[in-house]
Amino acid sequence: MARRRMKAAVTESRAVRCALILIALAWLALVILLPLLAVFSQALARGSRAFWAAIVEPDALAAIRLTLVTAIIVVPLNGVFGMCAAWAIAKHDFRGRDLLTTLIDLPFSVSPVVAGLMFVLLFGANGWFGPWLIAHGIRIMFAVPAIVIATAFVTFPYVARELIPLMSAQGKAEEEAALTLGAGFFQTFWHVTLPNIRWGLLYGILLTNARAMGEFGAVSVVSGHIRGLTDTMPLHVEVLYNEYNFVGAFAVASLLAALALVTLAAKALLEWRHRDSIAATGH
Amino acid sequence: MTTASALLAPAGPGRRPRWLRRRVAMPGLGLTLGVTLTWLGLLVLLPIAAVVVRSLGLGPAHFAAVAFSPRALAAYRLSFGAALAAAAINGIFGLLIVWVLVRYRFPGKRLASALVDLPFALPTAVAGIALTAIYANTGIVGAPLASIGLRLAYNPSGVVLALVFIGLPFVVRTVEPVLADLGQDIEEAAATLGASRLAVFRRVLLPEIMPALLTGFALAFARGVGEYGSVIFIAGNMPYKSEIAPLLIVTQLEQFDYEGATAIAAVMLVVSFAMLAVINLIQARERRWRDGA
Repeated sequence: MARRRMKAAVTESRAVRCALILIALAWLALVILLPLLAVFSQALARGSRAFWAAIVEPDALAAIRLTLVTAIIVVPLNGVFGMCAAWAIAKHDFRGRDLLTTLIDLPFSVSPVVAGLMFVLLFGANGWFGPWLIAHGIRIMFAVPAIVIATAFVTFPYVARELIPLMSAQGKAEEEAALTLGAGFFQTFWHVTLPNIRWGLLYGILLTNARAMGEFGAVSVVSGHIRGLTDTMPLHVEVLYNEYNFVGAFAVASLLAALALVTLAAKALLEWRHRDSIAATGH
Repeated sequence: MTTASALLAPAGPGRRPRWLRRRVAMPGLGLTLGVTLTWLGLLVLLPIAAVVVRSLGLGPAHFAAVAFSPRALAAYRLSFGAALAAAAINGIFGLLIVWVLVRYRFPGKRLASALVDLPFALPTAVAGIALTAIYANTGIVGAPLASIGLRLAYNPSGVVLALVFIGLPFVVRTVEPVLADLGQDIEEAAATLGASRLAVFRRVLLPEIMPALLTGFALAFARGVGEYGSVIFIAGNMPYKSEIAPLLIVTQLEQFDYEGATAIAAVMLVVSFAMLAVINLIQARERRWRDGA
């Protein structure tokens, strides 16, 4: 009896509870669910035939290919970097470690457009390396290399940020045991560390991949928007949208939305099955 | 003591041969730190340096003229104002969503929780055209609102709307673990002492979750200031009226006005780094406060 009264004192009346739940769900529906559904309904507004035609159209296929190529280059690079950074920061103690951790996070706080502009200032015709690149016939700006570099910048922290807290929490006792038994660095990393971090690594790679395939602002500045050549999927969505080809724009957009849903589902599965072996980072 | 834990114990002097002691040092620092610093330097620090050096090269008078031109000032006002408004809205509704997700049980809770993360995963351009499709004057929500004179797209309120979408998960995911960790015993104590439910929330719970709420607010604000993809489709993009600062940078680049673009980018970088410092400060203060308590 006393317990029930206590419970009533630390929760709300049924009416208040229902009202709060309804407001929260209505807000989520208006702000998030409705836009998500709109992508698919607009993509199929003229039927599945128009949808399919918009996806197999040559420029759309070229955009899909470029997006995949970019992700295939960027994700492993930032994955290896992330593992190196996490090994150095989590398993060692050196001066400037906190500063290094902060610097790794920097790309998160830079506007994507500013990120794109930085590479224009480096590789553009008036940039630091522009004249040299032109003299040697190397094309970076408004071509695939610039798209890859800009994407690498915006996805730079994801894997490192996931692995650093995870590897710090795991300590280094197991590695020390392996080393004492005569294992080398690569053996220790491969047989001891990697199995311990594999779910966290997968988590970081999923987030890196989602961002790499979906990046818009930074890539938009450096791509030059050459149709069929330097348009990634998000850029192609913009081009079609500005041409009032809404079915086409939403058809390509629906592929990206599907990727986002797959990413979220995999993320939820990882958080549910391997809660202890991934770090909660909130990104 | 088992052999395994004997192996894990630190090697005391004289207990083990010298070669064994030396091998326990963690290897790979040179290699991994080298890779990290090279990649960081080339990909992040060098480009940031380019913006800083190029804008310093403009000279103070010229820099001020292009970075704070009337059009640029209008763009900052919109970017910062809209980001502030959106972060405030997300602070209120984000807290409500956290409360409902942590404290109540209801059907579809898992799905609702997963939906919150969608803005992290959905490409910004997709979010932009989807929000426009719904909230433009012909959209499913925009049309009824337009008929009562409320226009949410192609004006500054469109910018706020897009930033509300983008910022929501920052608030929810920052506050959620803090509220979940908070035991109900202090609430029970307050209730026993006769505090009403609202008073308990205001005077007991809110102070506890305030640092997390502020951090979430600041993260949402910082993200909103630099956001581009989700905003440009719904904003209208009229100079002086609905043109955000990142869009002004893009416009100036397209007109080959590199000086103007660089100066505005430098201002935005300074603001981003200031926000980063503020966020770190809030978290450091919270940690110190928790350790002290």
